[in-house]
Parts: sequence; C-alpha cells; structure tokens
Amino acid sequence: MAKIVVDVMLKPEILDPQGQAVGAALPRLGFTFAKAVRQGKRFEIEIDGEATDAVLAEVSKAAETLLANPVIETFNVRVEK
Amino acid sequence: MSLDTVAIASTTPERTQPFAELGLKPDEYQRIREILGRRPSSSELAMYSVMWSEHCSYKSSKVHLRQFGEKAPKTDALLVGIGENAGVVDVGQGYAVTFKIESHNHPSFVEPYQGAATGVGGIVRDILTMGARPIAVMDPLRFGAADAADTRRVLPGVVAGIGGYGNCLGLPNIGGEVVFDETYAGNPLVNALCVGVMRHDEIKLAKATGVGNLVVLFGAKTGGDGIGGVSVLASETFGEGGSTKRPSVQVGDPFTEKVLIECSLEIFAEDLVVGIQDLGGAGLSCATSELASAGTGGMQVALDDVPLRDPSLSPEEILMSESQERMCAIVEPSKIARFLEICKKWDVSATVIGEVTDSDRLIITWHGETIVDVPPRTVAHEGPVYNRPFVKPEYVDRLNAQKLSLPMPKTAAEVRSAVLELMSSPNMADKSWITSQYDKYVQGNTIQAQPEDSGMIRVDESTQLGIAISTDANASWSYLNPYEGAKLALAEAARNIATAGAKPLAVTNCLNFGSPEDPGVMWQFAETVRGLADGCLEMGLPVTGGNVSFYNQTGDVAILPTPVIGVLGVIQDVTARTPMAFDRAGLDLYLLGETREDLAGSEWAYMHHQRGGNAPQANLQLEMRLIETLLEGQSIFEAAHDLSQGGLAASLSEMVLRHNVGATISLGDDVAVALLSETPGRVVVAVEKQNVDALQTIAQKYDIALSKIGVTGGTSLTINDADIALDDLRTAYVDTIPRLFG
Amino acid sequence: MKIGVVTFPGSLDDRDAARAVRAVGAESVALWHGDSDLHGVDAVILPGGFSYGDYLRCGAISRFAPVMSSIIDKAKAGMPVLGICNGFQVLCESHLLPGALTRNHELHFLCSDQRLKIENNSTAWTSEFEVGQEIVIPLKNGEGSFQCDDSTLARLEGEGLVVARYVGKDPNGSRNLIAGITNEGGNIVGLMPHPEHAIDPLTGPSADGLGFFTSIITQMVSK
Repeated sequence: MAKIVVDVMLKPEILDPQGQAVGAALPRLGFTFAKAVRQGKRFEIEIDGEATDAVLAEVSKAAETLLANPVIETFNVRVEK
Repeated sequence: MSLDTVAIASTTPERTQPFAELGLKPDEYQRIREILGRRPSSSELAMYSVMWSEHCSYKSSKVHLRQFGEKAPKTDALLVGIGENAGVVDVGQGYAVTFKIESHNHPSFVEPYQGAATGVGGIVRDILTMGARPIAVMDPLRFGAADAADTRRVLPGVVAGIGGYGNCLGLPNIGGEVVFDETYAGNPLVNALCVGVMRHDEIKLAKATGVGNLVVLFGAKTGGDGIGGVSVLASETFGEGGSTKRPSVQVGDPFTEKVLIECSLEIFAEDLVVGIQDLGGAGLSCATSELASAGTGGMQVALDDVPLRDPSLSPEEILMSESQERMCAIVEPSKIARFLEICKKWDVSATVIGEVTDSDRLIITWHGETIVDVPPRTVAHEGPVYNRPFVKPEYVDRLNAQKLSLPMPKTAAEVRSAVLELMSSPNMADKSWITSQYDKYVQGNTIQAQPEDSGMIRVDESTQLGIAISTDANASWSYLNPYEGAKLALAEAARNIATAGAKPLAVTNCLNFGSPEDPGVMWQFAETVRGLADGCLEMGLPVTGGNVSFYNQTGDVAILPTPVIGVLGVIQDVTARTPMAFDRAGLDLYLLGETREDLAGSEWAYMHHQRGGNAPQANLQLEMRLIETLLEGQSIFEAAHDLSQGGLAASLSEMVLRHNVGATISLGDDVAVALLSETPGRVVVAVEKQNVDALQTIAQKYDIALSKIGVTGGTSLTINDADIALDDLRTAYVDTIPRLFG
Repeated sequence: MKIGVVTFPGSLDDRDAARAVRAVGAESVALWHGDSDLHGVDAVILPGGFSYGDYLRCGAISRFAPVMSSIIDKAKAGMPVLGICNGFQVLCESHLLPGALTRNHELHFLCSDQRLKIENNSTAWTSEFEVGQEIVIPLKNGEGSFQCDDSTLARLEGEGLVVARYVGKDPNGSRNLIAGITNEGGNIVGLMPHPEHAIDPLTGPSADGLGFFTSIITQMVSK
C-alpha cells in the first residue's frame, strides 16, 4: 500500500482570481506574512503494492491526460511517506 | 455499543435513555412508551425524536393551521391540497402546477453556503416528488443590518449557495426579495420557493400502497450529514452569547440532484411508481413512516440494505441522516427491472430496501434483528399536538399608540434629497449584484424575472399559457398588527401577480416566527394564521401548503413576525403581459387607488428608527376590485407597477430607471405623504393618451380611485419642482449593495 | 438538415439549443453522451450546463464520453461543431480549440445581457453576421475567463480566429476580451455566451442569437 500525491497548480502566467481573493482576505484577518498566494489542487491516490517507477510513470500520464489541463496547469507527482 | 433491538427493549424497561438530548420532553417520551407498551429501542427513540420535533411535526402550529382547511374557499382549481409534499393547482389546458415555499433559516446562519444550497435542493425535491418537472425558483431573503459584520459573513455565502445549487440544477431564479433589518441579526431568513409543472394525470402522491410492492431508495448514498440537524437546529433557539452551535450541517451536491431529476422524470413518464417521497428533514425516518402512514399501513425495511457513504454509521444515525439528494419510491415488482435500468442509465444509485406489508406496523431490521416496530401513523401524522398559550403582548397597544415624528420633505431640495436617500438605502437599492449571480434564462421560458413585480414562466410554447408568482412579506406591519399584516401581505402578493395581467389562483406561505413557547410570539402566530386564513377565504384563494419556521430568536429576543406569502397566478397569453416600467416618452401616468397617511411601519419610518403607530387596515374587497381592474385593463396598460415599501417614491424611481425614461410628476401640496405613504391597494399605470377614456371607464366600473399624476419622458424624475436627474438617481440606486458586499 | 445536440449528465441548455435549431427550421437530434453513434447528423452542438457537475474542471470528464470520440473525428474532418459555454469548455479540453476557460475574475457566477462584437463571419456558425456587428445575448457562467499563452493569443489574433469579443465592461477577465474563437477550418466554434437564449425577445434580451443557427442552415444548404 502506498499513497501517491499529485499537486496541480495553474501556470504562473495564468490569472488566479481565487488565489488573489485569498491573498486579499489574509491581511483583513490580521495576517500580514503573505507576499502572494496561488491556489491549486491536490490528488491523493492510494495504490496496492509499492510506488515503483513504472507506476509513477503511469500516474504522470494520468495527470497529463486527466488530472491536470496542460494548457493552463502544471503538476508534480510524488510518493507520500 | 451493542445493538439495541426491540427484543432487548421489551425486556429492559428500566434503562435510561437520552431523550432530552434528542430534543424530546419528558411527557413526549412517556407517550412513546405508552404507544409501544414498552420503552423504545434506541432506533425508535431516534425516529420519534426527529419526527416529533417542531420542524417535522408542526406540533405548535397544527391547531392554528387547521384554519386553512376549515376556512378553505370553494374552488375547483385545487387538485392536491394541504398535507402532501406540495399543493397542486389546475392552471388550464390540462396542466397542473405545483409550488411551495420552505425555510432553511438556522442552517444558513451556521453555514451560509450549504444552508442556502440545501434549502434549494430540499424544496426542489418536494416539487419533483409530486411528479412535476421543476421550472423555476425564487428566494425571499432577510438579513440583519446591511452594514453589520455578520451580514457580511452570511449574505454572500447564502447568495452563492442559492446560485451554486439552483444554477447547476438548471432552474431559472425569477424573483424573491432581499430585506435588511436589525431584527434578523443572528437569525437570517432564507426561504426558498420552487414551482413545477406537469399534466394532470402525472400527479404523484406519497403513499405506500399494494402489499408486496417494493420500497426503493435511490439517489445519493447515505452519510453522516446533518445528523440531528432537524431536531437540534430548527427546534431550539441559539444561546445568547454562548458558543455557536455547529452540529453537522447537510452538504449538497447539485449535480447529483440534477441527474436525480432527469432520472425521476423518465421513471414517472413510464408510470413506474405507485408512490414517492423525497428525503428531507428527518431523512429515512420521515420517508418510511410517512409513506407507510399515508398508505395501507404496513412496511418492512432492511436498514442494512441502505447504501452508505460512511460504513461506520450506526442504525440510529442512518435513520436520522439528512444526506441530500435521496428519494424513496414504491414500485410494483413487475416494474422494478425497468426502474433500475433507468437509474443505471443516469448512474443513479438505487436499492430495494423493503416492501409494503399487510400489517399496520413499520418494521425495520438491522442484520435480521428488529430494531424498529412502530405504528407508522404515531410517528408521522399523530405526533404531539400542542395548544400553546398565547397572550397579546403588552408592547402592542403601547406601540400602536406611538405618534410618529418623521421629517416630511416639502421643498424641492428636501424632496430630491429624500428620494435619493430612500433609493440608496439598502432595502430599496438595486439588488443586481445579488440577482446577477442567478441564471434567469435556463429552460428558455422566462417571461419576466426580478426586478419585475412577479416572476413569469411560459408553460406552453404553442398556446402561450403562463404562470406568475410573487412572494411578499411586511414584518413591520405584522409587528404592529399581525392579523392585518397577514392580510396585507396576501393582498400585496396577489396585486403583484395582477399588475402583469395574471389572475391569482392559490397561496403558499412560509411563517417565520420566534419561539412558540413565548406566549407573545404564539399570539403573533395565531393572529397571523387567522388573518391569512380569513384573507384567503375572502379573496377566494386556497392555501395549498407551506412551512412554519419557529425558534427564530436569540436568547429571548424574537424576530419580528415575518409571514412570507406566495401567490401563484395564471395568464392565458404571456405575450400580452404588462411589464412594470414604461420604455418611451409621451405616456400618461395614473395612480389607481387612494392615498392616505400610512407612514407607520413604512420604509421611511424604518429609516428614521421609528417602528410605532398603526398598520393600515386591509381592504380586501377593494384589493379584489383593483385586481379586476388590472386584469380587465391589461390591453391598455403600457406598464403597471404596484406600490409597496417606499411608496410612490420607490415605484416611480424603479420605473424611470428600468428603461432610462424619465417622468414629470405633479403631486399637489402634501407631497411627503403622496410620495412616502404606504397605503395599500395602489398601482401606477402608464397608458397612451387615446386609452385614457377606457382607463377611466374601467376604474369607474370597479370603483377604484383614479388620478393622473404625470407623463413619461425626459432625462429626469421631476416631482413638482424637484428635479432629479436620472444619472444621479441611478448612481444612488446602484452603488449601495456592491459597495457593501462586492 | 439534422443538427445533433449532445446531452451529458448535467447538461442544462440542451433543450434550449434544440429549440433554437427547430426555430430555424432544422431537425434537432438528441445525442446521448454514452452513444458513439452520431445518427447521421450534419452538425453538432455541445450545449451549456454543468456537465458532470464541473467536477475536476469544467468539461474535463465530458470530453472522454463515447459520443465525443466520434465528434472529435468528424470535427477534424470538417463537420461543423458549436460549443456553447460548457460546450466551449469541452472543446478546449478536447483540444479541438486552443486555450482554456477558467474562473471568472470576480469569482461570481454572472448572468447578464452581454454586448458582443462579431469579428469573424467566415465560420460555419457566423456567416449570417456582418463583421463588426454588435449583438446582445445572455452570458451566464462562473468559469468563462478565456486563457491561453502569449503565442496562442498572437496566433488567434493574427489569423483572425477570434469570432466574438465582449464589448463594454470586462465580464470575466478573458484575454483580449475574447468571447468566442474558431479553428483554422472555421467549422469548429466555441462561444461563452448563449445564442440559444436570444432567439425571441419574449424570453431573452433580443433575437440576435438566431444568426448562429441560421448561419449553419445556410452553410449546409450551400454545400
């Protein structure tokens, strides 16, 4: 059993109004640490067995085909310990 | 915790049970023991506790609501009356329309988005379960002061939730209102209306008949949503100053409901169900007991067959769960295969969980053990009935005796300033920031939507038959005189139907009040229901159903009594409808109806923090004659807009801004009363000069006062010598709400 | 003249698109998402709505429907396809059109009567308009912001592939106020606003939307 995490973020040049809204809300609540905020998605995928390179390659393909839209998003795949 | 079965309950009468934590009073618990002849099992206790809660059983309101039946006007239009999920009205040409309004107040305070969203989901399912395709929604909303911090928290979430759920279902939002008043701080009112249409022979009822017929649960899987939501949230007030109650609220998924709607309609079209009920407040407890109770009396259910999202749920939790987007159908065995096939097509989960029996008990088993064995009628329809004491509170006479001391604009500058102040106030200001978050076009049959006086939907594309709906309430008047207030709200909603040219047909209502344990609140409620019932009888409009929301209070401060009245009407030809505003110069403007000094409970009085005085007296005979005038004069009206909150000043402002065509108005000396009074039974109409004679004839025929007030045209709203440029008026009107909430 | 209108689970404006097709005298054919047979239609409309609840991303799941593999093949071979709102989103996710639709910049669902300028009347769906013609049709969505990278934008503008542009206040933050685009062949058009809701002033802001539907009839007649 392993857990693979795929993080998906909008490409830096794409407008992220949700991230902007969060960034604007933080100082209103007294949090002044943020210079910028971008919002993304995280997919947690449970698999049987180990997260081999072959499996990770499959997950990457799935990320490129479905989990992310490569036109506007980037993703990275990692194994969660 | 080991399973508490009926068998164990029979042999352990001494076991203490947490009935108080579940919201049951000691005498109610005793009554359950008497009914069963033993202590209830914990599952039975859960069922009774949710079904006997105020929200589900109407125990404090039933004795008063009976008047809607006792005083029901004789009418052929009513196809299904009070008691079913929603009322059904015959609108002609073989069409039946079902509509209802419900509240989701407390959940919306706790979680604004989901509270409002699931409110929409619930009322839509009530309409669907009658066999109808839902065709429109409307939402009367009430919040605390517009500039209060908590309003900033609640309003955007509620609006986003209504839009998020309703838009995804493909239901146009065609009306409603947004009202701000300090009285709703901590107790926002989120009332949701839905209307649906079907053919006469498609009406479905919620009863389980036919021994051997199958009980099928379909829709979403069951999870831990809103466990105890009904009995805990809607039947208790919020503690003053204490920690906010955050029990699990229901979370909605509109996509699931959309496919559920399409799936159900296909099932209905093939006549595959004998009875059907949606799962709302009290979930499975409600659906099973109500279906059994209304049917031939007996049902057997295997609770472990219920498909679960969360396998750790106990049987008690499954019975109390308020997971959304679920329906329960009674299906003949010969039809179940086709039923399941249609569900599979739409990817809707469907499971047979039981069958109709020839006993008169509702029996529920869990892995073979009986955990519920009750007479269903005692759960669903024979719950406690309270005749709570009601006493006219001392504030009423004191308040009625108060003399108002309001600024009465006289000079041109004062008139101009008063109009601008009125139209920029949050209650009167433009609500587009809110209403543009709702889809008003989907389904392609919207004839009119907000800000028109009523929402109108075309029912038949070839004959142009249509229906119109309006919801109205005036808590300020109900506070001063709940009996008259109810009649006045009824009259206003009916008038709003008639200005467009539709004939009022039937009534629904959502009665929002404080705690019924407060005799003063109970008096407000009793007077309101009496007024509404009397008013409906006089106007010949049957109440088809509705909703009561009690316990809208914080500590012992109740909200102002807020009965929201919804009126449905029919129009034979939607292309002939009368819009609220004129779109060209050169028309004559007339006021139908007499104006008296009725400033008590007015918007102007509210803006100046004065709540006292006497509410106007409703004159329903006059209102009915006014409606006849509006219907008969339909072909000569270029525009017709009713007068309500904000009086003539508001109605004229709304008319000139709608299509950016000004008006020149002459009002005589008592301009303040003419502009700001809220005397009921008045409408502004615009007519071509050549139709003035016809207008006078009709007004005379129905004995309605008629006075010319001006002409349309220009780039200002000019009242006597006060000149208000449309640009200035528009700025005042459109800035307020985006500034507060954008 | 048969025009297919696809229904995905959650499609909403499919019946309205069908009505618009009938209004111009063509036959509307209901195409079920799970059926790859296109039943001999001459053109296809992907309607508005919230297919699959907009789960994952708008149109991301619909694009893999069996009906879509047939539509993609036929569209690449020249069959006219109009994607309205959610349909536009499906076309972009399918890579039949470039770019992507993202959340409105002000984060609210917005329903308004939107003024548009038609910029390309050589597509299968806009031939009845004049270039520069302004129309008013409803816009109603939460994810209508057209985004793409700079090179795509340069190509769209440079090759005249922008079909319609928003006029007036920017409703959603779309790059260059792009409301609709087409492919090089001019047979595939994606449009965020809803022409099917502007076919009759009785139920919409105008009848300006009819042009999209009369265009396709004219196009097909002349073939």
